[in-house]
Amino acid sequence: MSAVIRWGRPAVLVAVLAFGAVFPLLFPNPLTTTYAIDTLIFVGWVVAWNMFSGYSGYISLGSAVFFGSGAYTVGLLALHHNLKGGITFALLPLGGLVGAAIAVPFGLVALRVRRHTFVVVTIAVFFIFQLLAYNLAFTGGNGGVSTPFATWDPSTFNNPYYYAAFIVAVGAITLSWLVRGSRFGLQLLAIRDDEDRARGLGVRTMRVKLTAFVMSAFVIGVVGGVWILFIGQALPESAYDPNYDLTVALMGFLGGFGTLLGPVLGGLILEPLQQQITQHFTNGYSGEIIFGSLFLLVILFLPRGLLPTGKEWLTKLQARQERRAQAAPSGGPAAPGTGAAAGDGDGTGPVAAAGTAERSGTPGAGGTR
Amino acid sequence: MGRQLYEAIIDGILGGGVYALMAVGLTLIFGVLDIINIAQGILVVLAAYLSYVLSVHLHIDLFLGLLVTVPAMFLIGVAIQLLFMRPLRGRERVSMSLLASYAVAIILEGVLYAIFGPNTVQLNAWYVSKGVKVLGGAEPYYLPYIYLFGFGLAVILVAVIYYMLYRTKFGRSIRATMQDHTAARLIGIDINRVAALTFGIGVAVTAVGGMVFGSLNQFNANTGYDLISRLLAIIVLGGLGSIGGALVASVFMITVESVVDIWSPSYAVVVFYAALVLVLIIKPTGMFGKREARAQ
Repeated sequence: MSAVIRWGRPAVLVAVLAFGAVFPLLFPNPLTTTYAIDTLIFVGWVVAWNMFSGYSGYISLGSAVFFGSGAYTVGLLALHHNLKGGITFALLPLGGLVGAAIAVPFGLVALRVRRHTFVVVTIAVFFIFQLLAYNLAFTGGNGGVSTPFATWDPSTFNNPYYYAAFIVAVGAITLSWLVRGSRFGLQLLAIRDDEDRARGLGVRTMRVKLTAFVMSAFVIGVVGGVWILFIGQALPESAYDPNYDLTVALMGFLGGFGTLLGPVLGGLILEPLQQQITQHFTNGYSGEIIFGSLFLLVILFLPRGLLPTGKEWLTKLQARQERRAQAAPSGGPAAPGTGAAAGDGDGTGPVAAAGTAERSGTPGAGGTR
Repeated sequence: MGRQLYEAIIDGILGGGVYALMAVGLTLIFGVLDIINIAQGILVVLAAYLSYVLSVHLHIDLFLGLLVTVPAMFLIGVAIQLLFMRPLRGRERVSMSLLASYAVAIILEGVLYAIFGPNTVQLNAWYVSKGVKVLGGAEPYYLPYIYLFGFGLAVILVAVIYYMLYRTKFGRSIRATMQDHTAARLIGIDINRVAALTFGIGVAVTAVGGMVFGSLNQFNANTGYDLISRLLAIIVLGGLGSIGGALVASVFMITVESVVDIWSPSYAVVVFYAALVLVLIIKPTGMFGKREARAQ
C-alpha cells in the first residue's frame, strides 16, 4: 500500500508524459494532431494565466495582450528575416520577452487598482493593443502578418509544432508547480486570501503581484509564438481575440480556479469541445449560445471547478465508507471534515457577515474576494 | 477647423449625455451589488432592437415605445439578477458574477444575431432625419432633433434617479446597502429586494439609452462589445459606484473621442482608453472614486 502511495504519482506522471510524447506517432492523422496542438496551446496559456490570476485572485481578461504580442513578435521576425522551419522555434523566447516587457508597465498601472477595477483595466488595455495592431505601421494593419511556410514533409508536418506546444505546456505546468510550492507562491496565495493582511505580515504585495504577472506574461508570449508558427498568420482580430481571453478564464474556472492541475483539465476538456462546436455549427451564433450557456452552467453549478468538487466528493465517499466500517463496532461519529467547504462563506449570512464585517470594515467581506 | 471643433464638442456633450444614462445604470448596479454587469452593452443593443421592432413592425413612435421597452428591460434585469446573480456563492462571488454576466452577454449576442442577422440597422423617425441648424455659413451644420430630445430625456432620467436615491425611502435603503450590506440588513432592509430592484432599474435605463443610441448609430448584435468597453472605461474613470463620476466621465470621454476623431478616426478610440490609463496612474480609484475599502 505504501509503495502505491510513494510511487503512484511519479508513475502516473511518467505515463502521462510518455503518452504525450508518443501521441503523434499513435495518432498521425493531421486533423487529430491539429486538434492536439490547439489544445496544448490553450493548456499552456490557461496554466500561465492561472499562475497569476488563479493564485493571486486578480482575474485578468487581457492575457491576449501577451498572446498577441508574442505572436506578432515571432511572426514579424520570421517574416523580415525570412526564417522558416526549425530555426523559427529559436524566436519563441523573444516572443516571451516582449510579452514580459509589456507586462511591466501594464502591471504597474493595472495592479494598483482594486480587483474589480483590475478586470476592467485589463479589458481596456486589451482593446488598446488590438487597435494598435490594426493601426500601427509595422503590424501590417488589417492584413496582419504571415510567416514563411516551412518545407516539411506534409505527412509529419504537424509534428514539430506538436512537440513545441507540448514542451511549452509541460514547461508552463512545471513552472506553475514550482511557484505554487515556493515561498513566493505562498505569498501570492496570501494576497488572494487577504491582501491587506498579507501586507501587514510583511509581504511586498506589489512586487510579488508584478513578478507573477510578468512571469505569466512571458509564458503566454511564448505560447502566442507557437500559435503563429503553427497557424502561419496573425490578424489583429485573431491574435488579439476577446473570446480567447474569456475561453481561458472559463477553462480555469471549469477545472478549478487557483489549483495546479484544474486549469490543465479545463483546457483538455474545453478546447476539443469548442473545436467540435465550431465544426458542427458553422453559422457562428449557435456556437456562441452553446458556449455562453455552458459557461453559465459551470459558474452556477460548478463554481469551484471540477477538480476541487471532485476531490470533495471523493472525501465524502471515503468518509461514508469509513463510517460504515466503524458503524459495526461503535456508534457512527459525526461526519468528519466534510463541512469545511460549506463554510466557505458567501458573506450573505447575517450573523457570519456581522463578525467579519467588523474586522474588515467592508460589507460582506467574508466572500467578496 | 474651429467649426469642426465646435461640432465635435456639441456632438460629444450631447452624445455623452446618452452614454451617461447607460453608465449610471451600470455604476448603480456596481455600487449596490458589487457586480460589474458586462451584459449592459448587449442589453442596450437588445433595447434598441426592441424599439426597432416596435417602430418598424407595429409603427409605434420611438418615444411612445419606451412605455413598453422600459418595463420590459426592467423585468429582464430583475430576471437576470434572480436567475444568474443571486445563486452565486463562495469566495470568488464577485468575479463569478462578472463572468456570469459576460456569459449572459454572449448568449444574448448569439440570440440577437440569430434573430436579426449580421446586417446593421438604424432606428428612424422624423426627429432623426430632421435637424435644427446650429452653425450657419456655406455648409450649415444641422443637429438632428433626436440629439436634443435624447439628451433632454437622459438629463431628466438621471435627475429622476438622483431624486429617487436622495429623496425617497427606497433610495435611502439603496444608499444604505451601498455603504454597508450588513448594517443595512441589521436595520431591517431587505437586501435581496433592493438588489433585484436596483438591477432592474440599472437595466431599465438601457431602454432609453438603446433607443437614442440606435437612432444615432447603425447597430447589430456585435455593437454590444463596443458599447460595453466604452461604458466600462467611463465608470472606472468616474470612479466605480459614483453616479456623479459616471456623468462627468461620460461627457468628458465622448467629447475627447469626438474631438480626436477630427484628426484621426482610428486613433480616437485609442486616446479614449489611453485617457483612462492616464487617470488611473494618477488616481487609481478614478476621478470620484471612494477611498479603497479594506480587503475589498
